[in-house]
Amino acid sequence: MKKTLISATALMAAMAGTAMAGTLENVQERGAIQCGVTSGVPGFSVPDDKGNWKGLDVDLCRAVAAAVFGDATKVKFIPLNAKERFTALVSGEIDVLSRVTTWTQTRDTQLGINFAGVNYYDGQGFLVKNELGLKSVKELDGATVCVQSGTTTELNMADYFRAQGISYTPVVFDTNDQAAQAFDSGRCDSFTTDLSQAAGLRTRMQDPSSVGALPEVISKEPLGPVVRQGDDTWFNIVKWSHNAMLNAEELGITSANVDKMKAESTNPNVKRLVGLDGPKGKGMDLPDDWAYQIVKQVGNYGEAYERNVGKGSPLGLERGLNALWNQGGLQYAPPMR
Amino acid sequence: MSSDISNSGHNPEGGPAKPKAPPQNKPKFWNDPKKRSLLFQVLLLSALGFVFYSIIDNTLTNLEQRGITTGFDFLTEEAGFGIAMSLIDYTEASSYGMTFIVGLMNTILIALMGIFAATILGFLLGVARLSDNWLISKASTIYIETFRNIPLLLQIFFWYYAVLRTLPHPRQSMEFFGTFLNNRGFIVPAPVAEDGFGVVVFGFFAALIGSWLISRWSKKRQELTGQQFPVFWASLGLIVGIPLVLFMLSGMPLGLDHPELKGFNFKGGITVIPELIALWFALSIYTAAFIAETVRAGILAVSHGQTEAATALGMSKAKTLRLIVIPQALRVVIPPLTSQYLNLTKNSSLATAIGYPDLVNVFAGTTLNQTGQAIEVIAMTMAVYLTLSLLTSTFMNWYNSRIQLTER
Repeated sequence: MKKTLISATALMAAMAGTAMAGTLENVQERGAIQCGVTSGVPGFSVPDDKGNWKGLDVDLCRAVAAAVFGDATKVKFIPLNAKERFTALVSGEIDVLSRVTTWTQTRDTQLGINFAGVNYYDGQGFLVKNELGLKSVKELDGATVCVQSGTTTELNMADYFRAQGISYTPVVFDTNDQAAQAFDSGRCDSFTTDLSQAAGLRTRMQDPSSVGALPEVISKEPLGPVVRQGDDTWFNIVKWSHNAMLNAEELGITSANVDKMKAESTNPNVKRLVGLDGPKGKGMDLPDDWAYQIVKQVGNYGEAYERNVGKGSPLGLERGLNALWNQGGLQYAPPMR
Repeated sequence: MSSDISNSGHNPEGGPAKPKAPPQNKPKFWNDPKKRSLLFQVLLLSALGFVFYSIIDNTLTNLEQRGITTGFDFLTEEAGFGIAMSLIDYTEASSYGMTFIVGLMNTILIALMGIFAATILGFLLGVARLSDNWLISKASTIYIETFRNIPLLLQIFFWYYAVLRTLPHPRQSMEFFGTFLNNRGFIVPAPVAEDGFGVVVFGFFAALIGSWLISRWSKKRQELTGQQFPVFWASLGLIVGIPLVLFMLSGMPLGLDHPELKGFNFKGGITVIPELIALWFALSIYTAAFIAETVRAGILAVSHGQTEAATALGMSKAKTLRLIVIPQALRVVIPPLTSQYLNLTKNSSLATAIGYPDLVNVFAGTTLNQTGQAIEVIAMTMAVYLTLSLLTSTFMNWYNSRIQLTER
């Protein structure tokens, strides 16, 4: 009985411990941000051969660390599968979820979480083997499709096929990696996921050149970082870390020229971003040079994009929807003033 | 003490009662072991109740504070996702409640298939390990020691990735007698009942009842006269023969829906998906190794004197095994066998690793994620495994009490 009581008390203490506390204070006390990422999606979050995490989602967490600690390395990455991610966030196991997560109404309003922006505008597509000679998703009638469980992808596919009157058999796996492998080994005729992830997973297949994407993009997938609901300070920090990267790109500030810009620029927008002027870190309990540290250590959004998923990476994706608003894309950050 | 009590009621002198006895008769309640233990049990129960109350209350308060919706309303909402294999009609338009049923039925299916195969294989292996034949007993030993000592998840992966994944594509399917084997599964023609098939079904049940009556009659006759009747062969003849004759007489009212390669996959027929096959093989083969050991223990527990006595009575070897050894061995075998059945059922939740749509994969996986109702979904899933396990053990306990030695 004593044991039961003790463990029950411990359980209650654990449940109470994760209640609404200031995430920023917790993070500062711990000395590191705990960031939930995928268990390996090339371009977004994947460990390299030395065990360092790389990717667009990873850079977002690094940016938050740079803002909070002035040190982009103070992040602990926690790989999660799609099913675990929201529970891990809500229970306090992680501080930020940066894991190719689609912003939807249900998730935003019913799960006790908040989306802090969109760091990648994506859409869902289908990969098939080129040898089948398919031209359209509409030719997939009767096909077997591999998909990851617990994703919006699964629902989009069902909606789309239902609307088109196409019959299909889903084979559902725990991780996108497993689903991609199953497709690669011939268990399925097609593999569906967000196009950016498909591009990454394709690079890992036995013969990437034998696999192609069908032209249809069947959904809107705004992917972004997620925080717990009810801690507005932390929500603001994550949101503005992302905005700072976008604004830096818009102002032409890069990790290479940020010191020079800080010293020489007379542009008031630049001066506000590097923390010489304007709101600085007030209201977020951050140091004055928080945005400077982000650009200095992680780079602006364009730099992060190019090295992880763009031309400078094996994925080689165009900017497309993810170009800045003044270059024909959707990435638009509110001004820093 | 006892005399005190018997005297306390009436005063032999007829005068007013003297106030000296009572303190001894009515001990303080904490000195009465019965009341004391009752008190402690009440205290314990209320403490336990308080702990559970706090946990539940704490959870609900926290959920509300974080703006997480709770309740079971989601069960009636449209699920909107497909499931690879369903024993009942299921479409994307079905509700989340239906995904629960589909997952549950798939779990029960794999559990029953696994228990059936593991029991047969396990009994054969257990007997084989005790065989006098060196080759048979060593082969059985090697089997048991190998499969018992490799983690089940690895075995599932082995069957799924190493064996079934390497099968050819649908277009190059292996074909035997109208069935096809490829990396999408095992495709067999589906039987389709036509008009008049009901007669055959009726005949089958009639034969079942008939053989039950025969076995009762023969038992009575043997008790009265000592004469034996070949019940097994008679029943087999009835159960196979009657439906077969009716089937022929009514003009074979059973069609076959042959699978055909159309487009990507086979249309028609029944497709047994590779996930089911891999899981079934792995669960049966793994659990059979444990059952074999249980069976061996049971047989060794029957003293050799029993066999000798049977031989002395002139019983054949087969009869000794069937009538003397196995019935006594079963007493020892059944309780651990129940545990193995429970293990198999619970282990079937590893299905999620290879994408077999069982309860954990479908309901505690996709449904949980799409609705976000983690606590409700997990509670329902746990309740299912608990119920399945309790039902299994209730049945096995009933069976166990039936086959216990009746001591006269």
